[in-house]
Amino acid sequence: MKSLKLIVGGTIAATAALSTFAMAGETVDSIKAKGYVQCGANTALAGFSAPTSEGKWEGLDIDLCHAVAAAILGDASKARFTPLTAAQRFTALQSKEVDLLARNTTWTLSRDTKVGLNFAGVNYYDGQGFMVAKASGITSATELDGATVCIEPGTTTELNLADYFRAQGMSFEPVVIENAVEAVQTFFSGRCDVYTTDASGLASYRQTAPNPDDFIVLPEIISKEPLGPAVRHGDEEFADIVRWTHIAMLEAEEKGITSANVDTFKKDSKDPGVQRLLGTTGDMGKALGVSDDWAYNVIKQVGNYGESFDRNVKAKLGLERGLNALWTDGGLMYPAPIR
Amino acid sequence: MSEPLKSRKRLSSLIYSEKARGVFAQILVTGGIAFIAWYLISNTFENLANQGIATGYSFLSLESSFGISEHMIEFTPADSYGRALMVGFLNTMKVSFLGIIFATLIGFVVGVSRMSKNWILSRIAAVYINLFRNIPVLLQLIFWYTLINNALPSPKRALEVLPDVFFSNRGVLFPVPAEHPAYFWMGVVFVIALVGVWLLRRWALAHRDRTGQTFPYVWAGLALVVVSVFITYLVCGAPTEMSTPVLKGFNFKGGAKLSPEFLSLLIGLTLYTSTYIADIVRSGLLSVPKGQEEASTDLGLKPSQTLMHVVLPQASRVMIPPLTSQYLNLTKNSSLAVAVGYPDLVSLSNTTMNQTGQAIEAISIFMAVYLGISLVISLFMNWYNKKMALVER
Repeated sequence: MKSLKLIVGGTIAATAALSTFAMAGETVDSIKAKGYVQCGANTALAGFSAPTSEGKWEGLDIDLCHAVAAAILGDASKARFTPLTAAQRFTALQSKEVDLLARNTTWTLSRDTKVGLNFAGVNYYDGQGFMVAKASGITSATELDGATVCIEPGTTTELNLADYFRAQGMSFEPVVIENAVEAVQTFFSGRCDVYTTDASGLASYRQTAPNPDDFIVLPEIISKEPLGPAVRHGDEEFADIVRWTHIAMLEAEEKGITSANVDTFKKDSKDPGVQRLLGTTGDMGKALGVSDDWAYNVIKQVGNYGESFDRNVKAKLGLERGLNALWTDGGLMYPAPIR
Repeated sequence: MSEPLKSRKRLSSLIYSEKARGVFAQILVTGGIAFIAWYLISNTFENLANQGIATGYSFLSLESSFGISEHMIEFTPADSYGRALMVGFLNTMKVSFLGIIFATLIGFVVGVSRMSKNWILSRIAAVYINLFRNIPVLLQLIFWYTLINNALPSPKRALEVLPDVFFSNRGVLFPVPAEHPAYFWMGVVFVIALVGVWLLRRWALAHRDRTGQTFPYVWAGLALVVVSVFITYLVCGAPTEMSTPVLKGFNFKGGAKLSPEFLSLLIGLTLYTSTYIADIVRSGLLSVPKGQEEASTDLGLKPSQTLMHVVLPQASRVMIPPLTSQYLNLTKNSSLAVAVGYPDLVSLSNTTMNQTGQAIEAISIFMAVYLGISLVISLFMNWYNKKMALVER
């Protein structure tokens, strides 16, 4: 773990130093040349990004990565995954170890600027919550004064936690463990009173407890966590493809197009919007620098956003759409027009 | 006519001159290295600028806004990144310093036991050495951390081993004297007394060389320190108030605490390094010819005097260089703290580089600090080595 970090740290200097000829479109060209998309993924977060027992990666973030592969290369299976801890993820992206970071990363101002990232949209609207042992008798975050809190370092969670306790005039003692799985196990062992991360993460980690019913998630949500895919700053062409791939998945859901019926839509639909989306008319793909049937490939091979959400987040974690419903259903998912 | 000939002669003599060739080669190598360094550094900055990544060290004065569990100096999330790194540096120094002391003590005891004529004792020492030396230190740290977290009860069911000393999965809590100015002055007097002891020792050794009379400066010095510190304590009002740990809400308040993270790191590093030190001690003692010990016994020296004045000074010449590298190893291994959540320099640098995105700067800081610590330890041990080497007649 440590050596990996040193390698990552070393390579950031080395690669930053050696790759002189950086230019727009470089990442897309390199993806086409090598024939796959290299994605930075979470090490193990069921519903978002986790390996199955057969070693196949699954999750909402993983699907987005497959979708990008389908859009650029026409084949969703041409995606490879690098598991990264929170502390490793930005360095891995900056040093070009991965092309795309699809790892439940919160979009913030400093990451968008100083850290050198470009966020290409929000694929999950989340907020930070707290998990405690049921036996502690705690029912509200306002009762947490003096608590010991297990967290992952290098996250917005870590900063929100300090902010929240400062604002409430309460004290806390952080126990900071780099690997999320180990941090959660440390919490289950009783070292900490509280574990805190995004609410979706709490739902996911709670299932890994020896007995999930021994733990409850407190009702308070203390922050806004718009989680989204990120690419390197200055990589506009690739950022556009990622952004519009996500939008295409939302648009497909809004139009009722699924992986099962996309062929029928492509053949029969008289809706100009659907025709543009599926590439039967217009040159949307060309504008992005990919083939015109890019969105068709995404929907056919990966599915629309709702399908991805249902088979990952809903099936694995039992979470409802909530904020992540389409705007037509009262949620925040609002696809920009594809035209 | 003669002019070109002369210059050709000079040139050819340069080619054949070994010195000229040497200088030329050195210029070439130095220039090459300088060029590579310049190329890498300038490209790094250019590429960072292209990616829009911030550079420079100005982030050190920004508010850190994260919490740190263990700090030897005051720290709140409102303090700067620079102060957070300082906290990490002090935590690294704390665990390394204590680790070196305990590893040396245990190493000496085990090393001497390993050579004991008592079969059981020497076997136990051998098992100890082989067990802790042959398991990777990272696994040992995780083992101790998991053990402490899982084996010890929650704070509410903490084990009260001694009155007011609690063992729980929040760490070991024990009472300490409550804050009082007396303790500050006792510290000052303690340092002054140590200087006094040093002067006393100098006088005693000179006196011995002059007259052949020995003066028990060790005992006299000890008495000087104890008595002077105790008198200060009485003069300052003999405070008796203690800060005892009391369970309040989630956690213990008051007293002093050794956290599970700190304990597992300290235990892991100490046990691992002590096995190497034990073998270094053994090899040092074995390197002193048996005749030295026999001769000194025949001269009428007591066994303790033989050990202190004959065997150890000679053994230490063999022991000090490898001990130095073990001390360096322990200090560098303390960076494994990340695995058990102890907020050392590397752990806090990692957090800092993540929150600011300035990996190169943060890494450069902790590399420079480790290099500095290692060089200081090396310098000290080299100085000590030289001092011991002078004993040679």
